[in-house]
Amino acid sequence: MSWAWFHRFGSPPYFYRVAGLLTPWFAWPAAVLLVVGLFWGLVVSPPDRLQGDAYRIIYIHVPNSWLSLMSYSAMAVSAAIGLIWRIKVAHAVAAAIAPAGAAFTAVSLLTGMLWGQPMWGTYWAWDPRIVFELVLLFFFLGYIALRSAIDDLNRADRTSAVLAIVGVVNVPIVHYSVIWWNSLHQAPSVLRADGPSMPIEMLAPLLVCFLGFTCYFVAVMLVRARAEVLHRERGGDWIRDAVAAHVDRA
Amino acid sequence: MSEFLHMSGYAVYVWTSYFVGVGALLLNVWWARRNLARARLAAARRLAMREDSP
Repeated sequence: MSWAWFHRFGSPPYFYRVAGLLTPWFAWPAAVLLVVGLFWGLVVSPPDRLQGDAYRIIYIHVPNSWLSLMSYSAMAVSAAIGLIWRIKVAHAVAAAIAPAGAAFTAVSLLTGMLWGQPMWGTYWAWDPRIVFELVLLFFFLGYIALRSAIDDLNRADRTSAVLAIVGVVNVPIVHYSVIWWNSLHQAPSVLRADGPSMPIEMLAPLLVCFLGFTCYFVAVMLVRARAEVLHRERGGDWIRDAVAAHVDRA
Repeated sequence: MSEFLHMSGYAVYVWTSYFVGVGALLLNVWWARRNLARARLAAARRLAMREDSP
């Protein structure tokens, strides 16, 4: 198998151009899937027998929770690629993922609290799943803070990459916390060995939302990564072509 | 319609969740696009300064 495609992505001009071409291919499906999925979950799917309409919070909460773990894993892998192979574009991608990942994690925690109050009678519980999700948010915020605290970009890349890689230990802990410990948080109802426990009327809009959030994440990451790549490039003739059209328009 | 808005008594929790979730989606898009526009402007300024310098 040829790894030429992988190395091509390490070239800033190539990455900038391909990321620009790919963005609409993720942004438009994201917009359509999110509108369809959220409308389906909010209006069309039936109310839950026990939770009534409060369960509809899952169409925001669950995709954000999944994306918080996926985005952290993607950030850590990207940071590791940058650290091991010294690919600067990989550091740019990791830096681009962090703000979106922090937002997914914060929304996951907030919507979990909004579901917890009517269902558990409290906004917050010192439950393993919730505590480790909060730790995940601290890793995202720590990564962002560390990068902005170091002026030298190469040092910021290396130091923040180490933090991202260390923090990836937390990802399986968040996922398996409801299985390993006696947790107030419900056990997985979609990713189960014996198949999803949700009825298809409720599961289908959740999967549409998940796809929509994933496409959205990739689109936002690509836009941010292009900004990061531009920010890092001091010279290079390709920059002239890359910015000329947009600056003329502005 | 009012029954739908009432969300079987959980309106405040459900609507706040959707407001937070959709708000974060829109905010992230706006923030990312602003970042890219600023990075393009900064790159263009750097280029202009380099070309102006003797």
